Parts: sequence; C-alpha cells; structure tokens
Amino acid sequence: MPSEREHRFVGPRRGQLVFALAFVAIAVLLLSQITSQTRWVEKTKFVAQPRFWPAVALGGMILMGGLHLYLLPWRRVSRQDMGEVRNWGRVLEYALWFMGYVLAVPVLGYLPVTLAFVPALSWRMGYRGRLMMGLSLGFALLTVVLFKGLLSVKIPGGAIYEYLPGALRSFFILYL
Amino acid sequence: MDLILSALDILMRWDVALALLAGSIGGVLIGAIPGVGPAVAIAILLPATFSMDPIVGLTVLLGIYGSSMYGGAIPAILINTPGTAVNALTTYDGYPMTARGEPQRALSLAYSASFFGGVFSVVCLILFAPLLAKVAPLFGSREIFLAALLGLILVVVAHRGQALIAGALAAFGIFIQTIGLEPVKYSQRYTFDQDFLGSGINLIVVVLGLFALSQAFVLLMDEDEKVHITKLRGGMFQGMRELARHPRIASVSASFGVLMGMIPGVGEFTAQFMSYTYAQKTSKRPQDFGNGSSEGLIAAETANNAVPAAAMVPLLALGIPGEALTAMMLSVFYVHNVVPGPALFQNRMDFVVALYLALLILNVLVLLFLLVATKSLIQVVKIPNRFLGVCILTLSFVGVYSLRNSATDCVMAAAFGLLGYILKRLKLPAVPIILGMVLGGIMEVKLRAAMARVKQPFDFIDRPVAFILFLIIVIVLVAHAIRVLKDRKERKEAEWQTKTSSTNFGGLMLRRKGSFLKGRGKQVRARHSKLLRRLTDLF
Repeated sequence: MPSEREHRFVGPRRGQLVFALAFVAIAVLLLSQITSQTRWVEKTKFVAQPRFWPAVALGGMILMGGLHLYLLPWRRVSRQDMGEVRNWGRVLEYALWFMGYVLAVPVLGYLPVTLAFVPALSWRMGYRGRLMMGLSLGFALLTVVLFKGLLSVKIPGGAIYEYLPGALRSFFILYL
Repeated sequence: MDLILSALDILMRWDVALALLAGSIGGVLIGAIPGVGPAVAIAILLPATFSMDPIVGLTVLLGIYGSSMYGGAIPAILINTPGTAVNALTTYDGYPMTARGEPQRALSLAYSASFFGGVFSVVCLILFAPLLAKVAPLFGSREIFLAALLGLILVVVAHRGQALIAGALAAFGIFIQTIGLEPVKYSQRYTFDQDFLGSGINLIVVVLGLFALSQAFVLLMDEDEKVHITKLRGGMFQGMRELARHPRIASVSASFGVLMGMIPGVGEFTAQFMSYTYAQKTSKRPQDFGNGSSEGLIAAETANNAVPAAAMVPLLALGIPGEALTAMMLSVFYVHNVVPGPALFQNRMDFVVALYLALLILNVLVLLFLLVATKSLIQVVKIPNRFLGVCILTLSFVGVYSLRNSATDCVMAAAFGLLGYILKRLKLPAVPIILGMVLGGIMEVKLRAAMARVKQPFDFIDRPVAFILFLIIVIVLVAHAIRVLKDRKERKEAEWQTKTSSTNFGGLMLRRKGSFLKGRGKQVRARHSKLLRRLTDLF
C-alpha cells in the first residue's frame, strides 16, 4: 500500500528516481569542470565574472535537484523505473527518423524528401489505407508549397537539383 | 485619440490584415486539435516570422496565442478533452451540458464569454497604456533584474508540490543560456572546445525541442482514440443573451484574467481558479458547478481569454516574458532589433497600441469565424493522434532547419525533444527551462549594469520601485515557506492517522495484551511474582 508521502507525490512513480539521479549527477559533473570551462578575470567584480552565472545555475541545479532527490519517497530503482527508461529509449527511433529527414533534405531536395518522408512515417505508424496515404502526400505537398514557396523560409535546394536543366533548376532551388 | 489613429495607421496594411486573418483562423484550428496547442504552433512558425515586419510577425503569433483558447473550448465541450491545457476547466461544465443535449448552448456560451474576456482586457490595457508609459521609465537595471528574478520565483513556486524540481529546471535553463562566448570578457563558457557550442544554444532550438518535437514523440508513441461527436443543432447567438444575464461574473472573471495575466509566471490557471471559485461562492446554485453550470463556463472561459493581452504588459513594458509563449515572442522583437522595455513605451507607444488593437480586431474576427464555421470546424477533432505526430515532426524540421540550416541544431533539438518527452512522461514542467533561459540572460546583463553603481548591498534597493519589488520577493518566498510547512504538517497528521492502529476498545485491549506479553509485561509479572513469593513465605 503506498505511503502518505507516495500518495501526495505529484506525477507518476515510474522513472522519477532515475531522472533525479541522472539530473544531479550531470549537474555535479558539470560543476566539477567549472575551473577548466570558465575563466576568472582579475580586477573584475564578483558578479561580473564570467564564472558567476554558470556557478549560480549549477549550484541551483545541485541544491534544488539534490533536495528533490532527497525528498523523493523512493530509494531503490524498481522494475517499473527500468521499464520507463526502456520507453524513453523507444523514442530514439522517431528521433532517428527526424535526423534521417534532416540529412536527406540538402542532398535530395526538400520536396522529394518530404513527399517520401511523410507517407513513409505514416505507413510505419500503421496508416496504410488509400485515404491516409493520400492525406499524407497532400500534407507533404502543402507544407513545402506553403513554407518554401510562399513564406520563403531558408531551406537550401537539394544538391540533386544541380542536374536539372537551366530554368527548372533555379525554380526548384528557389521554391521547392 | 491621436495615438489610436497612428496605431490604426500601422495596422492599415494588406500584409497585417492577412496576418490577422491567418493568425486568427490558424489559432482556432490549432486550438481545436487536442495535442497540438499554441506553444507547438508558435515554436514552428517562429523562424518563418523572422523575415516579416515586426508588426506582421507579431500579429500572426499573437493571433495564434489569442485565438487558440477559443478553438480549445470545442473539444473540451464536445468530447471532454481540452484542446489546449488552459481549457481543462471548460470540460467541468461544458461537457455535462453536451451530455444533457445542449452542446450548441455550451459552445455559444464559451465563445461569447471568451469574446467578452478578450475585448475587456484589450480595452482595459488601452486605457491603462498612458499610465504604464509613466510607470515603465521608473524601471532601471536593478528594477528589471528584480522583476525578472520575481518572475522566475513566481514560475517556480506556482508548481505546487514540484517547486524544487521546477527550480532545478529553471537553473538548468539559466545554465544553458550561459553556454558559448561570454559577451563582455570574450571568454568561452562550457563549450568543451566544440565550435558548434561557441555561439551558444539558440532559444528557438530549445523551444522547438521541448515543445514541438517532444509533443510529436508523445503523439507518435500514443494510441489513436475513437472520437464520437454530438451533432450541433440550433443557433449560435443564444450565448450572447445568456452572457448578458451574468454581467457580474463575466466582469469579475475578466478582471482576474487581466490582473493575473500581468503578473509574470502566474497566468491562465490561477486566473481561472480564482474566477471559478468566486463564481461558485457567489452563485445562487453552487451545486450546479461541475454539472453543466453556465456561470462556471462563463468564469472559466472569460478568465483564460483575458490573459493573452495582459501577458503582453510585462513583455512590452519591461521586456520580461511571464510564460513560454511570450518568451518565444521576445525573440521576434530581438531579431528585428526592437527591444521591448521602458524605452518602447516611451518612444513607440503607437506600436504598442497597434498590437492591442490587432488583438481587439482578432477577437472580432475569431468570433465571426466561429459563429459561421463551427459545424465544419469540429471535424478537425477527428484527426488521428499518431498522424498528427507525423505532421508535427515534419513541421518541426521547418522550424529548426530554417534557422541556420544547421544539422547540429537539429541534433540539439532532437535531444531537447527527448528531454521534453521524458518531462512530459514524468509530468514535470518544461516551462521553467525556457523562462530560465530568457530571464537568466536578462538577469545577467542587468545585474552587471546595476552593480556598477552599487557600493553597499542596501544601495541595490534604495529606489522605491526596487524596494517594492524586493519586498514582494520576500513576501512570495515567506508565503511559499509557510505553505510548504503547512503541507508538511498536513502530511504528518495524515501519516499519524493512517499509521496508528485501530482506536476502538477491542483494538486497545489487544495492544494492551501485546504490551503485557512483552518487555514491560515481563517486568510487571516478575514484580508481582516476587511479592507473591514474599507473601506465601510469611505463612
């Protein structure tokens, strides 16, 4: 039966201890590097030292993160905690999809990659019907036309566009 | 009057009109889709607005901010799922109305209340603008430092039960903004000799990671839900008439929204909570609250829509954002070299009033759009969750990559996305990180400037505004400490009540028997047997 302290804790139990431990450990590690990663300047006021604000921030992270860790109602990493860490790991798949998209755009061009990426990820998520495939293609096209064609956001043309003939090449580089 | 005319002159442009239309309709759509929310949309659109004029870019973002709450009421009322986080209270009375067959009435009332809240706050602030213009110049470096510190403290203590970790995350935000080249002494801080860290970590990369990418990850990992929407019948104008029957609740709730919106770090939730409590306590039918009370719905919707205009006050007058959305807008100002703060109120008052007028027009546009298009609009609620995740992931690319065309930025955004996902899973707040980044930067600059003229510690608070701010900080901290001690006492009492064994007579006797069988009992029995032996020896 959960204790009163567990009962009053805001948020789920799973993963809290692992997160708090990792947070404090990283903060301690960063603070241990403060002398090599920041400079102390002679004849400069204490609050104007380049080291002052990193020290305040890391001190705050350790103090408040440490107190949070100390006041957590759990002291041992449970099976649920490890399950939660595995759940965090599963998100890496989508981070990799995102990075794949990022790396492909400068090579293959924004329009072709988006037209391939959105339906492919939709397929991966289980939307395999004609309607959803059509919707994902429509969304991909709309995104490119709106952002690159109309709003002219800064996304470079793909290296592959260089092989296109003259006028088409500049049109693709500028708008697609 | 001249001020309003020159403000209207700024707005009389086709691109501003288009921005108003796009912002208002886009905001309603985004608000109506549960799982997207204005923070995600603003984060994605932020880099796209950099190429626009400041007034155009800000109008789009303000449009999304101001109108998303109108849209957020739709799923809150129809399917009991708030479209944006601040519409959570709308579900209390909105959904029970739908359940008893009055969805049209609930929607119409929510729109009318939101409209009243929005217009009320803008009118209040236009009227107060000259007064603000007089107060704003009283804020020098030390006052702005103290106001930023107060904002940060308020954000941290607002997370009841999570203040320590919220504080630690705010400190993490301050740390992130210190990474890179220090601008005064030109020394590197925490760059680990990596070139990509030399220019620091961009706020937009962090915002996109923590809000947009993390939300995409949440949706992609989620399951799709089947949504059943009730058909709407009847007119949309009945809400106006019903709102007119509760002028007191509407005006008090809007006033709460304006006041709470102006205080950094407090925002919609406190305003809603106070309005709802006030409405319930003064109502003739308090038992209806939570079961489809029109007064409850008015209180919730009026208060939350009065906040956006008021939240612009600390941003414009002092350059201090009170929450994540205004923190994002601050970067639009910086990109265009328009520095919000006392000088903006003194020199560009027409620009400030133009922003408020844009918000006013926006409210009218949104109301008209909703009155006409609600029946078609509710279909967006049906978009499956994971497909939304795919869309947000695709759009996040535009936001991050268009910033500097840097794959490193995208890696960092993905890392912050993962952090945001973990925070969402653990129900920990991400907003303190953003505010720590923004306010930490302001505090560093202002403290350095302020300390140049301070010889003794008390000189720092020798000006009236600085002293008042310092006093407020002390009061907030003391009040928080008292609340923590009170919570601790309550917890101890609850622990005592649950830990102690049964207090009935049978239980008491059982424990008495137990005690007799152990230590003390042994001593008593030994004494008794000794006395008994002496007594028997006598005979």
